[in-house]
Amino acid sequence: MAEKIGIYVCHCGSNIAGTIDVEEVARWAGKNIKDVAVSRDYKFMCSSLGQQMIEDDIKQQGLTGVVVGACSPHLHEKTFRNACHRAGLNPYLCQMTNIREHVSWVNSDKESGTFKAKSLISAAAERVKRQKPLEPMRVKVNPATLVVGGGIAGLQAALELADAGHHVYLVEREPSIGGHMAQFDKTFPTLDCSACILTPKMSEVGQHENITLLTYSELEEVSGSVGNFKVKVRKKARYVDYDKCTGCGICIEKCPRKVLDDVFEAGMGYRKAIYTPFPQAVPRTPVIDTANCTWFTRGKCQVCSKVCPTDAVDYNQQDEIVELEVGNIIIATGWKLFDCKRSSHYGYGRLANVYTNMEFERLCNAAGPTNGKIVLRDGKTEPKSVAIVHCVGSRDANSNSYCSAVCCMAALKFGHLVLEKTNAEVYSFYIDMRSNQKGYEEFYERLQEEGMQFVRGKVGEVTDAARQPAEEGKLIVQVDDTLLGKQRRIPVDMVILMGGLEPQADAKEFGLKCGISCSMAGWYTERHPKLDPVATMTDGVFVAGVCQGPKDIPASVAQGAAAAARVQGMISKGEVMIEPIVASIDEENCSGCRICNNMCPYNAIEFDAEKSISRVITALCKGCGTCVAACPAGVITGAHFNNEQIFAEIDGILWDAKPQAETESVTV
Amino acid sequence: MSNGEKPKGKLALYWAASCGGCEIAVLAIDEKILDVAAAFDIVMWPCAADGKVRDIERMPDGSIDVCLFNGGIRTSEQEYMAQLMRRKSKVLVSFGSCATEGCIPGLSNMNTRQEVFDTVYKEGSSTAPVNPQDVRPQPETKVPEGTLHLPIFYDTLKTLDQTVDVDYYLPGCPPEAENIWKAIVAILEGKLPPKGSVIGMNTTVCDECKRKRNEKKIKKFYRTWQIIPDEETCLLEQGLLCCGIATRAGCGALCPQVNSPCIGCHGGNDGVADYGARLLSGVASVIDSGDPDEIDRIISEGIPDPVGSFYRFSLAGSQLRRKKKSKC
Amino acid sequence: MSNETFEPKIVGFLCNWCSYRAADLAGSARIKYAPNVRIIRLMCSGRVDPTFVVKALADGADGVMIAGCHPGECHYIEQNYKAMRRFHLLKQTLTALGVEPDRVQLVWASAAEGQRLAEAIDKLVADIKRLGPLRWPSNWDEDGGRLKALEEIVKEHEEAMEVPA
Repeated sequence: MAEKIGIYVCHCGSNIAGTIDVEEVARWAGKNIKDVAVSRDYKFMCSSLGQQMIEDDIKQQGLTGVVVGACSPHLHEKTFRNACHRAGLNPYLCQMTNIREHVSWVNSDKESGTFKAKSLISAAAERVKRQKPLEPMRVKVNPATLVVGGGIAGLQAALELADAGHHVYLVEREPSIGGHMAQFDKTFPTLDCSACILTPKMSEVGQHENITLLTYSELEEVSGSVGNFKVKVRKKARYVDYDKCTGCGICIEKCPRKVLDDVFEAGMGYRKAIYTPFPQAVPRTPVIDTANCTWFTRGKCQVCSKVCPTDAVDYNQQDEIVELEVGNIIIATGWKLFDCKRSSHYGYGRLANVYTNMEFERLCNAAGPTNGKIVLRDGKTEPKSVAIVHCVGSRDANSNSYCSAVCCMAALKFGHLVLEKTNAEVYSFYIDMRSNQKGYEEFYERLQEEGMQFVRGKVGEVTDAARQPAEEGKLIVQVDDTLLGKQRRIPVDMVILMGGLEPQADAKEFGLKCGISCSMAGWYTERHPKLDPVATMTDGVFVAGVCQGPKDIPASVAQGAAAAARVQGMISKGEVMIEPIVASIDEENCSGCRICNNMCPYNAIEFDAEKSISRVITALCKGCGTCVAACPAGVITGAHFNNEQIFAEIDGILWDAKPQAETESVTV
Repeated sequence: MSNGEKPKGKLALYWAASCGGCEIAVLAIDEKILDVAAAFDIVMWPCAADGKVRDIERMPDGSIDVCLFNGGIRTSEQEYMAQLMRRKSKVLVSFGSCATEGCIPGLSNMNTRQEVFDTVYKEGSSTAPVNPQDVRPQPETKVPEGTLHLPIFYDTLKTLDQTVDVDYYLPGCPPEAENIWKAIVAILEGKLPPKGSVIGMNTTVCDECKRKRNEKKIKKFYRTWQIIPDEETCLLEQGLLCCGIATRAGCGALCPQVNSPCIGCHGGNDGVADYGARLLSGVASVIDSGDPDEIDRIISEGIPDPVGSFYRFSLAGSQLRRKKKSKC
Repeated sequence: MSNETFEPKIVGFLCNWCSYRAADLAGSARIKYAPNVRIIRLMCSGRVDPTFVVKALADGADGVMIAGCHPGECHYIEQNYKAMRRFHLLKQTLTALGVEPDRVQLVWASAAEGQRLAEAIDKLVADIKRLGPLRWPSNWDEDGGRLKALEEIVKEHEEAMEVPA
C-alpha cells in the first residue's frame, strides 16, 4: 500500500519561524520527499486548531503517517500521538522531530537553520514510513506496596498508604524503625524533642493492621516490573522469638556483656550484647549481637534465656527468606554520616574533644550517655567555649562538592542547646548560612540575638599545638575570617564538626538491585529534577527522603507522602500502561549464542537450554535496545526503533550527502 | 538427449576474481555431476568445458536458464562478463563468497591499484629483480601487428550485486557440496525462494555447533596459535575470536569441530547490512570491562588486525567496502 | 578543496534520557553552537549499532557523534558501558580502514549538561573541519580508464551480439 505522509512544520510563534524559514521547509518537503500527501506549516501545531488540522487531514486524505516538526518530543509527543489516535490513526505512526530546541533556539543563521530543519524533517518522514502500528501493554497493579527504610520518609509513606486501606511491607535494616531522627535531641527550628514527634508515628506503624513490619531485615532480590514485583527479603535472626517476647527488657538488664554502641549512640555510650537500639524501639523485641555475645563467641552464659519469663530466647534461630509480591516499591533508605576522620586537619579521632554532629546529638539527648549534660570527653568538665565547624565533608572539592542542606540549621540548633545548657561561648564557623525554609531565617536571627558568634570563614585547621600561653590545653581553631579580613586563632574547649550527609555505603548496589541508578554523588536519580522528584526512570519504583538528595525533615516527610500518593494513584487506577517499545527475539532463527544473555540489567532475557535459544520476557523489557544492537546474528528486533526505521532515518538525514546514483556504468 | 523428453536447459558457470575453489566445489558433488550434465547443456565453464564468449553473445537474451557466477568484479573484463551473463541468463546466482561479499580477493580493497602494482612489479622479491625498468601492465600496448588490450584493473573489487541484479546467493568459501546440490535440485524442481534470497539456512554456526555455551565475559582475546582450546566449551568464551556467532549456518560448524574458530566464510544472515559491524558489536558487547583504557588494551593486544578479523570475507560487501584511498 | 567553506555533515545518535535532554536544555538556555550535527533520537546509547556508524559514513557523513549518559548514570543502569565497548572496537576498526579517529566521537552528557554538550559539538565540528570532508562514496570511484575500457569492449563485441529477443 502506498504511503501517504502528512508533514507539519510548526512556527511556534516566532520561536521557530524566527530563525527557520518554515514555509520553505514545508514547501521543500512536499516537493522533494517521496510519498508526501500533504505538507503544511502552521503557527502553533500544539493548539487545538493545529491538532485539528492533523486530524482532518488524516480523515480526509487517508494519511498513513504523520511528521510534526516542532519542539521536543519530551513536551508534545503525547499531544500529537493523541491527535492521531482520535482521528483513527495508530499513535505510533506519528513521529515528532525537534526543530526548536535542537535547531531554531541554538542557531541564529537562518540559512543553515532552515537547511538543518529540512534534514530532520526528511529523516522523520523516511522513518515514519517504516513505522508499525503498536498497542501499549496493560498490566494489573498489585495493591500491596514495599517500603524500604523505616526512617521518617519511609514511615510517612507507609502510614499514608496503610491509612488508605492498602497493605504495606516496611523493611528496615536496623533492629528498630525510626532512622536517624531517633538519634536527634531536638529538631530545628521548632526545637521539638525529636523522639517525641517521631515515636507516635513509630507506634502507629508498629500497630497498624495494614503494615507488616520487617525490621532487622534486608531486601535481597527484586524481579518483575511495575504492578507486579516479586521481592525476596531476608529476615536476619534476632535469636529472640518475636511472638513470645513481651518486650519486658529483663534480658537486657541482666546481660553481663557491655558493648560500645557505635550505631545508635555514635560511639558515645554502651549497650548490651542483647539489646534494643533505644528505649522507644519499635518493635521492642531485642536482638542478640552474636559478634559480642559470650554464648555465641565462647559458649558460656545464656543468662538472657534463663531470665526470660516467656522463654523467648532462641539461640538456634535462623535467617528467614520471605518472598513478597507487591505492585510498587518506595525506596527511603536515607543516609550515613560523612566520616570526619577524612578531614584529618580537623583532628577528629585524634584530638579528644572534637566531636561529630551525631556524637553531639547523643551528648545533648536527655536519654543519652550523659543524660543530656554537655561535658567534655572526661565526662565531667563543662566546656567554656564551643566551636561549631560547618561544611565538613560538604561543599568541599576534597570530599563531597554538594551542600548537605541541613547542617547550617543543625549548627544553629546546637548553638542554642549549648547556650541554653551551659555558660559557654559558642562560635559558628560558616561559609554561607543556609536558612532558607519556613522559620529558618527567623531561627538564625534568634541565635544571633542569643549571643551565638558567627565567623565567616572555612576552618583551615583544628589543632592542640599551642603557640602562646592562652592556647595551652585548648583546641585552637585556625580560620580565615573573611569579614574581618584576618587570620584568626580561636582557642576553644570543644569542637563540633558538622559532618555532611552521604549516601549509604551500599546505595549504588542497592539501587541496581531495584533497577534505579545514582548520580555521580551517589543520590538516587529522580525522573525529573524539577517536576518529578519522587518517581524514578523505572516505573513502579519511587524514592523519598535523603536517599534522593540531602534535605530536612519536612521535605523528607513531603516526599514520603508524595511517593505514597503516586502509588495510591496507580492502585486506584488498577492497571498501568507500558510503552510497547520492547525487544523480541526471532526464535526460529536464534542460534543460542548467548551474547545477549548478559546484556540485560533487568534480567529480561532468558536462555531456554532445551531449545538452545534465548527469549525476551516482554513484561520485564524496558526497551533500551542494547540487546538489539549486540545480537551478532541480527535476530533481535526492537519495536519502534528497529534497524529498518533507523537506517531510513539515517538515509533521510543525509539526503544531501548520499550519492545521487551508484557509480556510473556502461550497460552491455 | 532422448526423444520426446523436454529439451535440456542451458547452464553456465563463470569465474571472475576468484581462486578456482568454487569450480572444485561443484565437482565435489561427485557422481551427481552426471545428473547435472543430463539435465543441462553446459554452455560455458572456463576451466572445465568449451564455451566461447562470442557464442554467449550470439544467444538470445535470457536463454541461459541458470548462470552460477563466482568471483568478485575487479577488472573491466569481469564487469563486462557480469553484465553479459546477467543479460543472457534467466537466473543469475552469486555463487560463493567472492561474488557474494568479496571474500579474500576483496581484502585487496585495503589497497589501491597503484599500491598493488607497486608491491607486485616494483617491490616483489620475484618480479623486481627481473623488472629493473618497472614495466607494468598497460591497458593498451602497441605492437607492430596492432594494439593489444588488457582489461583495466580496478582500485576496488565489487561484489556481483554491486554490479548487476542478482537472483540468488549461495554463500561459502566455497559453498559446501551438499548445499550446491540442494540449490541445483531446487532449480531443477522450480522450488526456489523469493528472488534476492540466499539459498541456505538462516541461523548461525552456533546452531550447528555442539559446544557448551554460557554467558560470555571476555577479559582477554587469544590468537589461535596462543592456546589449545578445550573441546567442550564455546571457543569465543575461551577468548578465541570465533565468528560463528555472526556467520550463516550451513557448513555443519566444521571448523569448531576441529578446535578451530569459525572465520566467517558463509557471510551474514538475512537482513544483515554489514557483517563486520554485526560481528564486532557482538564481540565488543561481551568484553568484560567498564574502563576505556582497559578496553582499548584488551582490544589492541588481542585483536591486532580488526579489519582482517571482522571483514575477512566481507570487506567488499560491507557498507564502507574498502579502506580510504589516500590522496597522492 | 577549500576548508573555509566546508560545512561538515555529522549525524548524532543521542540517548533519550540524558544527552537528548541535554540538547533540549541547551535549546531552552539558547546556547548557540554549530548546526552541523543532525540528531537521531534513540532510547539508549546501548542501542547504537556499529552498523549505524558505518552506514552514516557510507552515506556521506563527515563524522558521527554518539552521546549518552555518564558511566554509572545510565537510565537503564549500565548500558552505556556496552556502547563504550563497541565504540572502542569500532574505532580501532575504522582507524584501520583509514577513517581518522576524531571523526567518530563518544560524548557523555547528563540531562543537566546542556553547555557541555554544546561545547562537545563545537569541538567535534572544529575537529572535522580541520580534517576536511570525508565523502566516503568517492572512494568507490574508478578513474576514467574504466568507462573507456567498458565502452570499447561493448563496441568490440557489438557486432557479435544478437539483437535482443
